Amino acid sequence: MTTDFLVAGVAGTPRRGPLTRATALLGSGFVRLILAVIALLWLVPIFGLFASSLRGEADNATTGWWKVFTVPAEITAKNYQDLLANSTVMQSLLNTVYISVPATALVIGIGALAAYALAWMRFPGQDWLMVIIVGLLVVPIQVALIPIAKLYGDLGIFGSLLGVVLFHVAFGLPFAVFLLRNFFAGIPADLLEAARMDGAREWRIFRKVVLPIGLPAIASLAIFQFLWVWNDLLVALVFADPSSQPITVALQSQLRAFGTNVDLLATGSFVSMIIPLAVFFAFQRFFVQGVLAGSTK
Amino acid sequence: MTQLVAKDGGLPVGEGEATPRARHRRGKDGRSGNAKWLVVLYLGPAVLLLAVFIGYPVVYSIVRSLFDRSGSSFVGFHNYVSVFTDPNTRIALRNNLIWVLVAPAFVTGLGLIFAVLTERIRWAVAFRLVLFMPMAISLFASGIIFRLVYQEDPGLGLANAVTVSVHDIFAAPSQYPGVLPRPADGTTSTSDGFTTVRTFGPGDVLNLPMVGMTPNKLPAQAVPATPVHATQGQLSGVVWLDIALGSKINTLGHGKKGMPGITVQAIRNGTVTATAITADDGTFAFPDLAPGSYQIRMPASNFAQPFRGLTWLGSTLVTPVIISAWVWITTGFAMTFIAAGLAAIPRDALEAARVDGATEWQVFRRVTVPLLGPVLLVVLVTLIINVLKVFDLVFVIPPGSTQADANVLALQMWQVAFGPGSGGDLGEGSAIGVLLFLVVMPAMLFNIRRFRRER
Repeated sequence: MTTDFLVAGVAGTPRRGPLTRATALLGSGFVRLILAVIALLWLVPIFGLFASSLRGEADNATTGWWKVFTVPAEITAKNYQDLLANSTVMQSLLNTVYISVPATALVIGIGALAAYALAWMRFPGQDWLMVIIVGLLVVPIQVALIPIAKLYGDLGIFGSLLGVVLFHVAFGLPFAVFLLRNFFAGIPADLLEAARMDGAREWRIFRKVVLPIGLPAIASLAIFQFLWVWNDLLVALVFADPSSQPITVALQSQLRAFGTNVDLLATGSFVSMIIPLAVFFAFQRFFVQGVLAGSTK
Repeated sequence: MTQLVAKDGGLPVGEGEATPRARHRRGKDGRSGNAKWLVVLYLGPAVLLLAVFIGYPVVYSIVRSLFDRSGSSFVGFHNYVSVFTDPNTRIALRNNLIWVLVAPAFVTGLGLIFAVLTERIRWAVAFRLVLFMPMAISLFASGIIFRLVYQEDPGLGLANAVTVSVHDIFAAPSQYPGVLPRPADGTTSTSDGFTTVRTFGPGDVLNLPMVGMTPNKLPAQAVPATPVHATQGQLSGVVWLDIALGSKINTLGHGKKGMPGITVQAIRNGTVTATAITADDGTFAFPDLAPGSYQIRMPASNFAQPFRGLTWLGSTLVTPVIISAWVWITTGFAMTFIAAGLAAIPRDALEAARVDGATEWQVFRRVTVPLLGPVLLVVLVTLIINVLKVFDLVFVIPPGSTQADANVLALQMWQVAFGPGSGGDLGEGSAIGVLLFLVVMPAMLFNIRRFRRER
């Protein structure tokens, strides 16, 4: 009963008379053309970035990237070699991994535990807690930047990877709890009852029954959270220092002289996109579900 | 069972929730003894983090916003007054208003159109995949992508390259940009071109030496200019590029070439009475001119600078440009969300309308859209929340010179509190943070109400 959202709404041609069918055929040819142009409009900017990353600094400063079609000799891997040799950028790419992976794992772990309690335990204020979590979904992170910067300063973790990770975990939690609780609550009670009859305690039920069944939701959450953190600029811009900065922050420092830094910016941006695009194409369904569910964040 | 999003495309809801929950409560009676510490164990980490990182900051920000930049003295609502009076923040507020009013509605509409159009296309899945792809990449990278697209030089930026090509199809560029008659040869320059000071009549000959371009830039068909001899009843002349190495100025020869294709007008009493175009050797003639005295003009269109496209990242267009990048990112989301809602519309309702003779447009307008209403509202609210948080795009796309013109609250908050130069005002920064929080409050209540209704 899985709904693939990319397929959703794609229906067969409805029955119609021959005349309407004829006009529809002409019309649909037109529609197809428009849609093809639009799809191209969506692809070309990304391709432009990629093509720019394959051209030398001087070429990018004098001619447009579309020259790769007419002058293929301009194509060079030099920007990528330079990037690999640039220790600041490579360290920042590693930092992006060091931030994204723990921030995703912690959100899943902490979120799943809380979601289980909210779905299958009973305690006073339960419904209110859920309402608060729904409310927290949309809180803008701007409101927390100054207070947490001060808190980190007092704790001495300002500028550390830990600080960046914890901030991401906290702001990822409302959505994580929300998504997982709703999913866990939909698991048939009989399954849990059966495990309980066999003498299983909460931890065992959580591990052996709820987590395995909840895997699709956890996958969506994991992909959504991972990409969210991977793609972040603002949080790291405030809380990271040069030793802990992710790639987005490392690259933004080159923005001032955009024209002369296209080689670095285009190449760095494209490299930073490789993982997200791979995740997107490998796990489209989970990603789309995660985004649709978590879009309010 | 793995459906995460409700049929109407709303927030995720566990299906059949009410029943298992009711049963579950009964079945749990025997375990309430150990529940208390167990609940704390399971919920503790999440609640602690939420309290420290979201709960406490909201309270702290509200208090902090009432103090000055260093936090030493209480200033009441002064920071909020600043937000609404400081020119920078006012621009941000204005831009936020533009964003909220224009962008979400536009993307929702576009998403609806694409969702409906792709309904019957075989490669709809591929189309949706392509449009959804920008959601996967960072707003920072998207910003770089569009900074490249909107570079001003039409040789570098795709947007202007296309704009210039399209423009030149309808208005061919002039062949002689910046060319002008040799100074002090008796012409005046006005906004509509170069006009002779003297007047001429039939039988006269004009020499029009020009400067302002190198001979190798002349059109290929240009040939060396030859002197024109006076002809009875005909006003004639020659336009040539008066540049050659070691030559005397204002004289022909030395292989100086004529300038083909220049429009020349004969003007009498301020109105154009005849028009001629120079030949490959630069000569022109007005054969059937009535006797009288005429001024000769070379209209400005001959020498117009080529169209260089639009200043996309200039102060007027920069916000629409950033919005276009945001449209590129979010349309796939809106389309996919709406398509999920579309799939849930009962086919019977559409079929019934079609059987009753409704046209496709009527079906769309009277059946599809009303049934989709709740989904469209959710998409719109979601996009409004998203718009208010736009930071990266406004940070990346505008060059330093126009970033202030593109400012929005989310960026202004960072600049005021953490930005280089003007940063460090934690009082006003907190005020903007609180303001952003207040602005998303209606959306928060909307979500809570929807959540409670769905339970």
